[in-house]
Amino acid sequence: MTKVSLTVNGKPVARDVAGGTLLSEFLREDLRLTGTHIGCDTSQCGACVVHVNGKAVKACTTLAASLEGADVTTIEGLANGGLHPMQEAFKEHHGLQCGFCTPGMIMSGVDMVTRYKAEGRELTQEAIRHELEGNICRCTGYHNIVKAVEDAASKM
Amino acid sequence: MTTGIGARVKRREDKRFITGKGKYTDDVRTENQAYAAFVRSPVAHANVKSIDKSAALEMDGVIDVLDGHQLTGDGIGNIICGWAVTSKDGSPMNMGAWSALATQKVRYVGDAVAVVIAETQQLARLAAEAVDVEYEELPVVAFADKALKDGAPQIHEEAPGNLIYDWEIGDAAKADAGLAEAVHVTEMEITNNRLSPNPMEPRSAVATYDEAEDHYTLYTTSQNPHVARLVLSAFYNVAPEHKLRVIAPDVGGGFGAKIYIYPEEITCLWASMKTNRSVKWTADRSEAFVTDAHGRDHISTAKMGFDADGRITGFKVDTIANLGAYMSLFSSSVPTYLYATLLSGQYDIQNLHANVRAVYTNTVPVDAYRGAGRPEACYLVERMMETAARELGMKPAELRAKNFIREFPHETPVIMTYDSGDFDANLAQAEEAADVNGFPARREEAAKRGKLRGLGYSCYIEACGIAPSAAVGGLGAGVGLWESAEVRVNPVGTIEILTGSHSHGQGHETTFAQIVAERFDQPIENISIVHGDTDKVQFGMGTYGSRSGAVGMSAIVKAMDKVEAKVRKIAAHQLEASEDDIVIEGGEVKVAGTDKALGWHEIGLAAYTAHNLPPDMEPGLKESAFYDPSNFTFPAGTYICEVEVDPDTGTTEIVQFTASDDFGTIINPMIVEGQVHGGIAQGVGQAMLEQVIYDEDGQLITGSYMDYTMPRAADLPNFSVHHASTVCPGNPLGMKGCGEAGAIGSPPAVINAITDAIGNNDLAMPATPQNVWRAYQAASAKQAAE
Amino acid sequence: MYPVSYHKPASVDDAVKALSSGEEAMVLAGGQTLIATMKQHLAAPSDLVDIRGIAELSGIKISGDTLSIGAAMTHAEVAASKDVQKHIPALACLAAGIGDPAVRHMGTLGGSVANNDPAADYPAALLALGATVVTNKREIAADDFFTGLFSTDLEDGEIITRVDFDKTEAAGYAKFAQPASLYALVGVFVAKRGGDVRVAITGAGDDGVFRSEALEAALAKDFSEAAAKGAGVSADNLMSDIHGDADYRAHLIRVMAARAVAGAA
Repeated sequence: MTKVSLTVNGKPVARDVAGGTLLSEFLREDLRLTGTHIGCDTSQCGACVVHVNGKAVKACTTLAASLEGADVTTIEGLANGGLHPMQEAFKEHHGLQCGFCTPGMIMSGVDMVTRYKAEGRELTQEAIRHELEGNICRCTGYHNIVKAVEDAASKM
Repeated sequence: MTTGIGARVKRREDKRFITGKGKYTDDVRTENQAYAAFVRSPVAHANVKSIDKSAALEMDGVIDVLDGHQLTGDGIGNIICGWAVTSKDGSPMNMGAWSALATQKVRYVGDAVAVVIAETQQLARLAAEAVDVEYEELPVVAFADKALKDGAPQIHEEAPGNLIYDWEIGDAAKADAGLAEAVHVTEMEITNNRLSPNPMEPRSAVATYDEAEDHYTLYTTSQNPHVARLVLSAFYNVAPEHKLRVIAPDVGGGFGAKIYIYPEEITCLWASMKTNRSVKWTADRSEAFVTDAHGRDHISTAKMGFDADGRITGFKVDTIANLGAYMSLFSSSVPTYLYATLLSGQYDIQNLHANVRAVYTNTVPVDAYRGAGRPEACYLVERMMETAARELGMKPAELRAKNFIREFPHETPVIMTYDSGDFDANLAQAEEAADVNGFPARREEAAKRGKLRGLGYSCYIEACGIAPSAAVGGLGAGVGLWESAEVRVNPVGTIEILTGSHSHGQGHETTFAQIVAERFDQPIENISIVHGDTDKVQFGMGTYGSRSGAVGMSAIVKAMDKVEAKVRKIAAHQLEASEDDIVIEGGEVKVAGTDKALGWHEIGLAAYTAHNLPPDMEPGLKESAFYDPSNFTFPAGTYICEVEVDPDTGTTEIVQFTASDDFGTIINPMIVEGQVHGGIAQGVGQAMLEQVIYDEDGQLITGSYMDYTMPRAADLPNFSVHHASTVCPGNPLGMKGCGEAGAIGSPPAVINAITDAIGNNDLAMPATPQNVWRAYQAASAKQAAE
Repeated sequence: MYPVSYHKPASVDDAVKALSSGEEAMVLAGGQTLIATMKQHLAAPSDLVDIRGIAELSGIKISGDTLSIGAAMTHAEVAASKDVQKHIPALACLAAGIGDPAVRHMGTLGGSVANNDPAADYPAALLALGATVVTNKREIAADDFFTGLFSTDLEDGEIITRVDFDKTEAAGYAKFAQPASLYALVGVFVAKRGGDVRVAITGAGDDGVFRSEALEAALAKDFSEAAAKGAGVSADNLMSDIHGDADYRAHLIRVMAARAVAGAA
């Protein structure tokens, strides 16, 4: 077991974890933050995307033990009360149906908008589609997800 | 009214999903939770010689290892197929036995032989690897055409030659005669590629046995929890219905894959009793690929004859359908009553015949996947029409329009009665929206950039809103396909709707509330929708076959009719007026033309206080209804796809996709458009990206997202979605279904566009870059030779 | 996943010690391939030695004509580095196209190079650029480093610390992605230094990354798209799988080589 102290959604957390414990398991089973979902086992679907130190990562391919001192944000902690503009936009534009991929989509959406703004690049629809390479949705055909991210980008 | 029928109401269910508070089955954790992992066959066909559990049982934390002999010994029944299809010689279908845990023989890679129950999921999986199963391998056949060949490996004793049924519909003699008199016959061999449904939430089950109450609770990823309870109880003998509660909480997509009651759910329930622990199983994606029923997988040959005017004189189809290693719940109906009955398409075809042979192979069972049979029919018909138009030198739209059905009701030779439609309207709307007239210029411009631009049509029709119970019963269905609903008006006037439909992405909590808000003129916030729990909802057949609107909502309307009748009686009594003069408007119940009115909540209160009700009236304001449709509904439309192919690599980009659909009355256009987007995306996936591939040994090659190509955002365009509707005469709201249309109509539009671009009609799905490149090379070589 | 012990050493020496402590210890450099492999029970290390906290493995530096990239630099960091963009823009571009954004935040140069996946992007860059792999023990020329599918010249206890790239006159990379995995079905990296042109191919070879003599000869003579498209690339020793047969891959090598040349800077 490895002792790990980190911040999750703004709150300090300290736990002993097994070496092989994935961040996704740590969040879902140890902290019962079940908004982070598991949709594949090959690191491709992106339903598990969370932010570690402000960057999108796949929680299913990250070891909890490696996160000493890290700052983790999950879908549950994205907004401090109320809704984040990205969450608002997904609702406004019907960017979700079954909701399973949605937490990962929203976390990836926030990440891409943040990066593009920091780099001063324009987040076009084409860029959004390219940036969503690591997030798979089976319900929406992405049309409304792209619209949601585009709209949120203008409000973030 | 902004929340009634036709309003783009934002979804009421979204908040929990966008904040990570959805409750899916794997999010459920009971006290005393144990975990199941299945021991699965690594080979496609073998006799099971022995199962040595000793090493697994010795591992710390392993609670038990259970096998099929114990399962059948406890009287757990074999898995059923719920639709009996009769062969053309009158013989019943040849169905082999399917035990949830195999005892003698395994028949596909992934067939479960045992289950480990352990304290953690990780431990269960490690212990499953430690179970030593000795297999005696048998010859394998993984492909449907080969399974029918002489000397092919025999998969079930009950099905000689692996033939499940040899079925026909229509009139062969008339079809032959029609083809004989044709001036042109278009002939094609068409395969419909095998797909894996891939809802993003893998299947999961949490089964808990309460010894004190002798009662079971099952949380499961189901599109139809009541059907699951019925089948688990009546056929699998897990528990009687009143001792089994099935809850399908938030479900992350279904697309057909979550209709069926699989070995895993049965086994978890049984194992919870055996071990007296709550047993949880969640598939990982690799496991989903070998356990979720696959879809499609047809090989067909077809001939369509035309007269000098381009009118269809005869149409004949011969299809082999691969049903996999076992017959799944509705597998038999998919390539028959859900497929061949739609082969008339939008066209007046008097002479039509189809023959379908269903076969066993050593592959995952095949059953309904979004569209279920209808995409296979549409793809066949619409590729034939486009190819025929090219061969006849006619415009694809012109050939289709020449053959359109224009009078309704229209009875086809394949037993469907189309009730409504205006196919010309959809075609015209799509052509205008797609700017078909501007296509030649766009093609020329693309050529200057070195790209091959193509345009393809699909004029689809499908039958959904499944289904009239007596009609399907006459065709062999083992269940009725009605829906139930209950409307409860509370004493304070708030309204709860309990529905047998199940939402796993469709937005019922919003659309169902809209029809109630409109009917009773109540704020939508005061209406809640309850579904997915057999302890709460009286009964229900669930959601599949685009039935929640046309059937599920019709049941709600029927229950609302009864509520309204009682409301009128109460109001008439209290306001001393005639029932006929009572109107519901402005949130009140009024006497028309007067200022006499009761608030809606006052009616609720009156019903429950029962101080002043009409004589002989029962207190309360709650009504239930069962609605059985009188016919299928027939959504139809035209899809036009425009592509650009890179001749250097074969890469295809969809540059424009236009849809014009006829869904009848639309409750919430935002949600309907979302359904169309998603359906088209799955259709594009089938056309260009997705295919389940087995090798000769029955090993699944496409067992993860590393090899099975899921459509991603960059693979798809924005969709141009339009509606030209005719009202469905068969149900009170005039609705047709919208859930499957996109997946049904889009594949031929895509392939017709690509074959137009590359100048070669010989192209199979999926049109991967390599396949397109090869077809283009072949066309270029042929052109050079000429 | 099988049970595994996690270590996070602060120095290369400690990492080497940790690697020798376990029965089958492996370096964890970003884990984007390794962890997925472990989840599928296809790898079962006893210990994971996480090298991401070691200072000397990080950083990107230019000294003279040499660009040095620390082994623990993520793909996102390499892609965003102004030094990389200026010195060898094709390398920044390649890094920006590995995996997806979340993978690029975790996956590292050292991890990709040491794993030598036959469809990974970096090996093509190292081979075409004639890079030098620097380890805690020695310097290894890229030509000697990649020794076949998932295999390298690395010895037990040897850890990549950085990779050195010499400046080129022009370099370009073009990838044709396998549609499901988005790994390279064919990836072609071209690098030109005067009359010397090196071309490395990933994704296509049945023994991993390799140099194409035919393309090198053709492009040395005439560094043009037409020369690349006209080169006699053989399908021998190329992979065939469900996503592409050897002849299709051979064709794509020419097309991607032409695109790499067109984009070379």
